[in-house]
Amino acid sequence: MQHVSPVREPLVTGGKTYHDITEDVSRQVEAKPNIRWAIALAVALFFLGIFIYSVYRTLWFGIGEWGLNKTVNWAWDITNFVWWVGIGHAGTLISAILLLFRQKWRSSINRAAEAMTIFAVICAAMFPVLHMGRPWLAYWVLPLPNTFGSLWVNFNSPLLWDVFAISTYFSVSLVFWYLGLIPDFATIRDRATGPIARRAYALLSFGWTGSAKHWSRYETVSLILAGVSTPLVLSVHTIVSMDFATSVIPGWHTTIFPPYFVAGAIFSGFAMVLTLMLITRNVFFLKDYITLEHIESMNKVIILTGSIVGVAYITEFFIAWYSGVEYEQYAFINRATGPYWWAYWSMMTCNVITPQLFWFRKIRRSVVATFIISIFVNIGMWFERFVIIVTSLHRDFLPSSWAMFSPTIIDVGIYVGTLGLFFTLFLLFAKYFPVINMFEVKTILKSSSGVQHSHAPETMHAHSPNNQAHHDK
Amino acid sequence: MRQKQCTHIHQTIKRTMTNKKYILGVYEDEDVLLHAIENIRAAGTKIYTVFSPYPVHGIDDALGIERSRLPIAAFLYGLTGLSFALWMQIYMLGFDWPMIIGGKPHIALPAFIPVSFELTVLFTAHGMVITFLIISGLYPKLKVPVMDVRSTDDKFIMAIEVKEGVTDVNKLNSLLRDNGAIEVNEKEVTK
Repeated sequence: MQHVSPVREPLVTGGKTYHDITEDVSRQVEAKPNIRWAIALAVALFFLGIFIYSVYRTLWFGIGEWGLNKTVNWAWDITNFVWWVGIGHAGTLISAILLLFRQKWRSSINRAAEAMTIFAVICAAMFPVLHMGRPWLAYWVLPLPNTFGSLWVNFNSPLLWDVFAISTYFSVSLVFWYLGLIPDFATIRDRATGPIARRAYALLSFGWTGSAKHWSRYETVSLILAGVSTPLVLSVHTIVSMDFATSVIPGWHTTIFPPYFVAGAIFSGFAMVLTLMLITRNVFFLKDYITLEHIESMNKVIILTGSIVGVAYITEFFIAWYSGVEYEQYAFINRATGPYWWAYWSMMTCNVITPQLFWFRKIRRSVVATFIISIFVNIGMWFERFVIIVTSLHRDFLPSSWAMFSPTIIDVGIYVGTLGLFFTLFLLFAKYFPVINMFEVKTILKSSSGVQHSHAPETMHAHSPNNQAHHDK
Repeated sequence: MRQKQCTHIHQTIKRTMTNKKYILGVYEDEDVLLHAIENIRAAGTKIYTVFSPYPVHGIDDALGIERSRLPIAAFLYGLTGLSFALWMQIYMLGFDWPMIIGGKPHIALPAFIPVSFELTVLFTAHGMVITFLIISGLYPKLKVPVMDVRSTDDKFIMAIEVKEGVTDVNKLNSLLRDNGAIEVNEKEVTK
């Protein structure tokens, strides 16, 4: 028997029925694009244009278009790569880890969060591929037979582990996401009126009918996918951190990197989920599905992971001092007080101090405050990667080769360009795909809508705590 | 004469095309549905299947659906991926073109863990999903045999096959209604 908790807040407000969920979510798929969406898409396409131009310059004239030099030969590209991959992690956390923990509040946000994962990984992949200089030879990273060259790939290299990790992560996330979309595409197909829409969604729905046997198998498959995705997502950022940690550069060569990077990834990812969901919720009128309860839960994850990140920063500093290695000590003192002090303190302020504001319930439940802080976290986590990468490199062992890094317009263009790519993909998704997982929200409706359904029979235990008082107005 | 023959042929074709007739009980609530399934099965009626807008918990047991063996398949796919990854790395770096990299042994097993893990996950996930789609007959198709379009929206549809001369439709109708069906419809499916 389902139980309506008198203590917990309902996850779906507004007294919705199953049919209302279908209506509310399908509406924006079926309706003509609204003007706000069209304007947003136009802006995103403008930035996508910047991306295409910057990529053209990079490929035509070479990596010299970037601000890299002999000392800092990894800068914005790898910063952006790690930043985007990290953002993607929140989607998998919501879709896989929270599924295993049976956190029902994930239901209404997992679809969009997983979409975000996929688009973020696409953006991330742009950077290493472009940094190759000749991306049309990108397939050389695969273990191909000797006739392609003289050697096999080096399986001892973390950069190669990255190839396997990112491609597995991308393809598994894509499949997991699409599998969840199939039943919802079927819903839209069965409502579609136009011949094109009906055919398109029929093809997309893979002939789903929702028979009990299919559902039973579906649940088995999604549970196992969640089970394998959980260690997968942890492995991906672990391996990304090993790109640095397995080197001997002071500031990179630390064992704390894997957990610290994973926590940072989830931290930044949740910030991005919040940024996107707060906009989506407003644009598509989904306040009954993405409630303040959801926002508060995500903010709690942000405090937790943000605090882990804060502790990691302090631990790093402590260990640098405690190790007695002067290079290590110098790297950290240089981070905080050297020429890039402003980047270090931006990172500290945005990542360690701002999320602590979420200890106040009022701030946790304020949409405006959450939106602003989520932006701060996004910026802070970008600076974290910049600080780790550039400050560790720019003053190497030989003072005569010390250098500074400054980005060129093409560096900036590719970075803001990937934001354009990301938002173009996200906006198209939000318009043509069901942005909320309808069937999963339907499964929690009876236990967590705060409404006693009128057609429930007498045999059911009557428990109707009237949670209307808690509803967010 | 010719026309008569034609209609005769037409009828035989129709008969061999196996038209199947189903009685559809429409339910509005999952708990009512679960009770109905138990009662109807207890009354000796075989349920073809139930279509629902979302996975109803406990419906597998009520309908007597056996637990899927997909987890076993998933395990085997994972094992394949792991074996393949280990074979690939050991063969390539250990035997085909041995090299000293960073003073490590040719077969540096700890360094092979990440790729082995990733390929295990890759094979498990894709193998299992592809198997699921194949055994469930799910692939992009234009014509979908939907019995009642409301089953992907807000209704639970219980389908019971009608066997000519065996099934008492009226009795079935009242059995479904007595167990909480809000509607009972008939549907013919051409296979």
